[in-house]
Amino acid sequence: MNRTIERQRYLIDFTIASLARRRGRNLGLFAVYTLLVFVLASASLLGYGLRKEARTVLAASPEILVQHLLAGRHDLIPESHLAALRDIRGIAAAEGRLWGYYYDAGMRANYTLMVPSDRTIEPGTAIIGSAIARLRNLGEGDAVHFLSPKAKMFRFGIAGTLPSESELVAADVVLVSEADFRAFFGFPAGMVTDIAVSVRNPKEVATVSAKISRLIVDARVVTRDDILRSYESLFDWRQGMITVLLAGAVLAFVILAWDKAAGLSAEERREIGILKAIGWETSDVIAVKFWEGGLVSLGAFLVAYTLAYLHVFHFGGALFAPALKGWATLYPDFRMVPEISGQQIATIFFLTVVPYTLATIVPVWRAAIIDPDTVMR
Amino acid sequence: MTGSPFLALQGIAKIYNEGRHNEVRALADIDLDLEAGKVTVLMGPSGSGKTTLLTLVGCLARPSAGRVTLEGRDISGMPERFLTAIRQRTFGFVFQRFNLIPGLTVADNVMLPAYPLGRPHPELKARCRELLEMLRIGDRADAPVQWLSGGEAQRAAIARALVNDPAVVIADEPTANLDTALTAEFIGVVEMLKAQGKTLILTSHDPRICDAAVVDRVVEMRDGRIVGGR
Amino acid sequence: MGGSSGAGEMLFHPTVMALLLWSFAAVGATAAAAAFAWTIIREWNPASGSARQLELERRTYLIATLMVAVLVGEAVSLLLFVFNADSMAVMFVGAMCAVGTLNASPYGFPALVAKIVVFFLAVVWLAFNRADNHGWDYPLIRPKYRLLLAIFPVVAGSAALQLAYFADLRADVLVSCCSKLFVPEQKGVAAHASGLPAMPSLAAFYVATAACVAMGWGMRRRPGLAVAYSPLAAAAFVVAMAAVVSVLSTYVYEQPHHHCPFCILKPEYGYVGYALYVPLFLGTGLGLAVWPINRYRAIPSLAEAVPPMVARMAAVSAGSFLVLIAVGTAIVAVSNLRYL
Repeated sequence: MNRTIERQRYLIDFTIASLARRRGRNLGLFAVYTLLVFVLASASLLGYGLRKEARTVLAASPEILVQHLLAGRHDLIPESHLAALRDIRGIAAAEGRLWGYYYDAGMRANYTLMVPSDRTIEPGTAIIGSAIARLRNLGEGDAVHFLSPKAKMFRFGIAGTLPSESELVAADVVLVSEADFRAFFGFPAGMVTDIAVSVRNPKEVATVSAKISRLIVDARVVTRDDILRSYESLFDWRQGMITVLLAGAVLAFVILAWDKAAGLSAEERREIGILKAIGWETSDVIAVKFWEGGLVSLGAFLVAYTLAYLHVFHFGGALFAPALKGWATLYPDFRMVPEISGQQIATIFFLTVVPYTLATIVPVWRAAIIDPDTVMR
Repeated sequence: MTGSPFLALQGIAKIYNEGRHNEVRALADIDLDLEAGKVTVLMGPSGSGKTTLLTLVGCLARPSAGRVTLEGRDISGMPERFLTAIRQRTFGFVFQRFNLIPGLTVADNVMLPAYPLGRPHPELKARCRELLEMLRIGDRADAPVQWLSGGEAQRAAIARALVNDPAVVIADEPTANLDTALTAEFIGVVEMLKAQGKTLILTSHDPRICDAAVVDRVVEMRDGRIVGGR
Repeated sequence: MGGSSGAGEMLFHPTVMALLLWSFAAVGATAAAAAFAWTIIREWNPASGSARQLELERRTYLIATLMVAVLVGEAVSLLLFVFNADSMAVMFVGAMCAVGTLNASPYGFPALVAKIVVFFLAVVWLAFNRADNHGWDYPLIRPKYRLLLAIFPVVAGSAALQLAYFADLRADVLVSCCSKLFVPEQKGVAAHASGLPAMPSLAAFYVATAACVAMGWGMRRRPGLAVAYSPLAAAAFVVAMAAVVSVLSTYVYEQPHHHCPFCILKPEYGYVGYALYVPLFLGTGLGLAVWPINRYRAIPSLAEAVPPMVARMAAVSAGSFLVLIAVGTAIVAVSNLRYL
């Protein structure tokens, strides 16, 4: 057993020495390898981060949302439904929510105006999300003017800003009082944007939503799990499309790997011949070649993954964000919570290291079976 | 050891590119017994098949026909994997152009044949140092091999051949690139190895080697056959 | 909101693509190895000094390298398959972990089982190969390559099952997950396993694994026990898996009704599943190889190499089962759940 380990150590030593001797030759392959892993890892980390972010957003959202539909479009829902909903067994709470979008023409940004249910806002004041605070350079005590859709100017004193733990949730939010909200949008009394329902037993979400559908026939009932699922498949699908687009790159890389492994220089061929003549076995040569491939793979993988990590979590995934995020331009400082999973790494491993290894098996074997008496001829 | 030969070849033939239009019959009808502890020279002009014979003797290749017996064991049909295992422990090679690997130090080159055996590193290092001292190139241990002179390179190659402590040392045209002084030195090394009990098998057409006192036996070859000897 | 819908929609999932890519590669590699194996079976002639024989001999290196690659890839892909099933659970109504995802198609569990079978077959083949490489006349060359020919359809079948599974997955199906599948009232093997009474099942776990340890120990003096060791290891695998489902997992979750062999791999349970599965798979894989290899100890060229190799495999296998016992005991000891 010790001999086996010792043997591998010698072979690794030799491999490192021969990599060092042929730095230039391996550099091109290393660069391409790194680039490929970087692109795949960036896409994967970004997709994963966004998904996590979406989950955070949804964790705060109600288990069931009841919306009113008019001609297939989202419409306001009367508050009068609330009482009927509260009578359904299994519902812990139901409350109307007031929220809407406001386009700030001056800043060319969309804000979400909402009335919080868990706190009271003084009329004439607002609490704003961190992105808006940054964008308009506002702090507590300042005031902001919004031109309402009815072309009336409203003044809000800033009573505070929202913490920026998760930017995606609260960055673009403006919290206002109910009176201001209704006045600003001209929102009819007795109506709300939608109704949030929470359920006593999470296992009964499906049953409860079926009951709601029967009770309010023209309502659309959306559960949190539904939204989560559509987010998941959206992200997966987009990430998948990126991977498909990259399949060509993977193929090119495989051809390069094959070519590099097959196109041994005369000098390398002679070296293998010498090794075999002085007593190395075919499997020793194969082992050295695989250590070589393994070390290059490991190096490229580590470098590329680190770069991708920095790219995604410190530079906001600047290169791929448009393809994956596909929304709002409001988040210049959008940073995701760093997250790495074994699954992501294993996936990228299968898309890069495995094709590389398989592509080099035959060329490596061919090189390793050189006749040991070649150097004597 | 006396009595039965250390290495016996019977009816050996070697054909390259068998069955193809460029078929070459390199050896035919070779019968040869080699004794342990002796110095044997295979002599003949280039193309006489002496190097091919050396590859068969040294388990670098298998004969196309015939039997090779090493210490009474038939090894002619053995797969390469096992021939290699035998070679690692029984034979050390000194090649005509030394075939050291450029870019590695002398010590690394010398230790190379021992890597697949996985010997403990301190032991191997000590063995390497001992050999380099014995061959008087101890001070060159950490130099890259491309800095060595011809004589030093040959000594490094000899040290490499000895690192696994083989019973047999095989040298192909060892003096082809050496002047008279270095040739004399080489013969001195051969004497030393013989005194240590090694068996030596050389190829040469150099009279300085064939006529040296240390040589026990000369086998003359021509056109892939043994034509004489003394 | 999804880009597409209906059957086949999961095929664009990156991990699914990676798994499919690997399974195609594995089929290709095994097919190439099997093709070479076929020529070797027909043409192998150790008495010949011909160039053809040398060529065949050198091909054995290629085949062995391909099979090592297949084994390593299958091991990683087995893990990834389970990871992926777990992370995809969110896409299926009712699914909470890997069980739900695997249950979302009738091909799910068969695909998983096929992957495990491929893994064990690859271990056994590599053990054959290792033994054979010690015999100077390659005495196992024909049995070894016949086994390889038999492995090929299994690898291909496993890939086909996996493809069928992923192609069959639809986000809109309602699935039952570990909370429903692994309950005694249901039908099927999984429910049957979870319906096993806890204490007898735990006892069976100890008996089977301890028997492996004892027999592995006994093999030091009586190598002939190998004939019983392999079937015992296989049985211990089944018993241990049943024990994981029926009782050990409940100790981990500290809930007598949560039976799931996958959730224990999650970080919230301290990855304790790996501590169970790594020794279990190692012990079973090597244990399965013990008997077939030991059968060849009488061959003269293997007489020197096979006995110590079998002894080593049995020792590592028995040692793994010992580790498994320790891990299982630790789980029971640490848990706040008590049956007695």
